[in-house]
Amino acid sequence: MLLLNCPWCGPRDETEYHYGGQAHVPYPEEPSTLTDEEWAEYLFFRDNPCGPFAERWVHSAGCRRWFNVVRDTRTYQVLAVYTHSDPRPAVGFGAQAGGPR
Amino acid sequence: MAKPLPEHPAWLWRDPDPKASYDAIVVGGGGHGLATAYYLAKNHGITNVAVLEKGWLAGGNMARNTTIIRSNYLWDESAAIYEFSLKQWEQLPEELDYDFLFSQRGVLNLAHTLQDVREATRRVNANRLNRVDAEWLEPDEVAKICPIINVSPDVRYPVLGATFQPRAGIAKHDHVAWAFARACDAMGVDLIQNCEVTGFIKDGDRVTGVETTRGSISAGTVGLVAAGHISVLAEKAGFRLPVQSHPLQALVSELYEPAHPTVVMSNHVHVYVSQAHKGELVMGAGVDAYNGYGQRGSFHVIEHQMAAALELFPIFGRAHLLRTWGGIVDVSPDASPIIGPTPVENLYVNCGWGTGGFKATPGAGWAMAHTMATGAPHELNRPFGLERFVSGALIDEHGAAAVAH
Repeated sequence: MLLLNCPWCGPRDETEYHYGGQAHVPYPEEPSTLTDEEWAEYLFFRDNPCGPFAERWVHSAGCRRWFNVVRDTRTYQVLAVYTHSDPRPAVGFGAQAGGPR
Repeated sequence: MAKPLPEHPAWLWRDPDPKASYDAIVVGGGGHGLATAYYLAKNHGITNVAVLEKGWLAGGNMARNTTIIRSNYLWDESAAIYEFSLKQWEQLPEELDYDFLFSQRGVLNLAHTLQDVREATRRVNANRLNRVDAEWLEPDEVAKICPIINVSPDVRYPVLGATFQPRAGIAKHDHVAWAFARACDAMGVDLIQNCEVTGFIKDGDRVTGVETTRGSISAGTVGLVAAGHISVLAEKAGFRLPVQSHPLQALVSELYEPAHPTVVMSNHVHVYVSQAHKGELVMGAGVDAYNGYGQRGSFHVIEHQMAAALELFPIFGRAHLLRTWGGIVDVSPDASPIIGPTPVENLYVNCGWGTGGFKATPGAGWAMAHTMATGAPHELNRPFGLERFVSGALIDEHGAAAVAH
């Protein structure tokens, strides 16, 4: 059981949330111009890293708001929690890769 | 004085060091990888083959699944490859000269809602059109096949009926792997353990070998058969796959007298149960929702599954849980596998089996070996290529997959 820290409600059990997969996947700006390959990419292809992963969760049994989490998919450790209007934090990526455990 | 230990029984395969070059390299020494190497040698005469395994043979999902074998999938493409596999299972013990306890005790897929009933009867009809044995059973007939199921109407999700495939069953998964491994070894295939692929050697867009923790090895053709870690390998090779890796948990009880004569699966309350030859009740759950490579999941998933098992089987009320474990399953968008060429020349992939790859071990190996040997897909895997995600010709088997994802 993960313990996730909802930005609005605080720490709650994983069972209060639903998972939303990879974060930072924007809807295509001009959908009518997309090729079939680009649609396939948008609809079906997501990152699947073994390590830090920026992902979406929704507090469905609480405030019902979406937010983002950076979590290590090897250890399941939560590295950062942030709202969807925040940029992706550096934690776990780039300079701080392999950071705090 | 203590007696000396008895001699080690005969090894079933050699433990060779990697050679500098092979005609074909299979990355991943699980069931599918071993079956691929077996059929490369047996069907195509390609015996200069290495299977590279980063851990020990068949230590991933091959050792962690719930051993259910069936072919009652909805679509023609799926029925073809799963039924082909089932026919192979029926004669593989003789072909491999290894009794891996394939027991055709039948599988019940329970229906608990009107929608379940409609989906199940549709699937029975589709199965029959594809000559897959399937029948629809009313609750009293379900109770005759499996007397320990509670089919009374006064539970939260009463059993409204079930599909039944009599030829389905279970097998000893580790023995299946050892049977394939021994047969591969006897034909000259090198099974190389503790050998992780860390990169790919390319000539332009063409793969010509692999970098490993035990040195560089060149190869005529390379097949990736790595299940949960397939995306990690694809990234090293320079392309992406439409799969997500999730933890999938299973568990066994302590050993009990034979009480459960068949295999029972329920999509709706969500549990699947059989009783192993030794006596453990073997149960599986749904995947954990989040992506994970940890070979473990969350406990609430197991609690949910135990609740479902108790509702269906009141007799389990005093049963004790013995062990739980997790594997990493590579889930595709349509709950169907991906077998075929990749954007990189000479590099082939077999992945996306998600929660149900064990049953397809022979068919997947057969099709993958054909694809690697000839450079073109077999009839069995032609519909299962990566291109379907661009064309939209998905093969949606979420109903028949019977595991929540």
